[in-house]
Amino acid sequence: MRAVSAFIVGGLFGAGLLISGMTDTTKVQGWLDFFGDWDPTLAFVMGGAIIPMAIAWRLTPDRAPVLGGDFPARPTSELDTNLVVGSILFGVGWGLSGLCPGPSIASLSFGGWGGLAFVAAMIAGMYVAPQIKSRLDAAPESA
Amino acid sequence: MPQDWLLGLLGGGLIGLAAAMYLLINGRIMGASGILGGLVDGSGRHAWMERGALLLGLLVVPAVLASMMGGSETHLTSNWAIIVIAGLCVGVGTRMANGCTSGHGVCGISRLSLRGIMSTVVYIGAGAITIALFRSMLGG
Repeated sequence: MRAVSAFIVGGLFGAGLLISGMTDTTKVQGWLDFFGDWDPTLAFVMGGAIIPMAIAWRLTPDRAPVLGGDFPARPTSELDTNLVVGSILFGVGWGLSGLCPGPSIASLSFGGWGGLAFVAAMIAGMYVAPQIKSRLDAAPESA
Repeated sequence: MPQDWLLGLLGGGLIGLAAAMYLLINGRIMGASGILGGLVDGSGRHAWMERGALLLGLLVVPAVLASMMGGSETHLTSNWAIIVIAGLCVGVGTRMANGCTSGHGVCGISRLSLRGIMSTVVYIGAGAITIALFRSMLGG
């Protein structure tokens, strides 16, 4: 049941990415081009996605997920080095390519060899990330 | 242009609906990098079927829709070095930060998570600086 629901969720996610144009790297890079020919589409996509999700979060107190278990605990509000350095790295890669993890998978079927190479490199990066992360954790915090 | 914005709002609504379903039904956060990354590094092995099914839907449904529409185009750069460097940065970065556009952006901001808001501001800023610096190189 969990897998069936997850498959439907993935399908809706993918359909949304395709319809909104987020699998087109020029639209994403156009949004990041604040100093050039700025394309605001991504703001509409984000807004459209955040509204239903904000309602969903409001429904979680005093309830449990339909298929059992618990809702994810509220994350700490701690801002650490990994969060900032990771987000910078992600932003650089996102800007260079116009792809983030969701759209890179959603566009695999029509993204050609380039799309496949991107996902392969991304998976390689995900594989080595825990080691980089633990080294950063062990290093003393510097200002 | 306004038609693109409307499609953006509609597509965004579907993404939000998907994230809301995953939270309310499965009790999980719909973050693409976390779902895939947990399978890659083994930290999410216990829920591999759920993760795999979501990724399968994410791959198959756009494939079917795109072929019904007569194909789609990503306009990804043809520069292999940029593709590989960008992929590595996205892979390492999203796992270090523990989230990407869907996890930190959609799911984090909607619950007013400080980490989600901070991450989103930083990666959009870094992306904007990258675009400003490399605009001429990327072409398109």
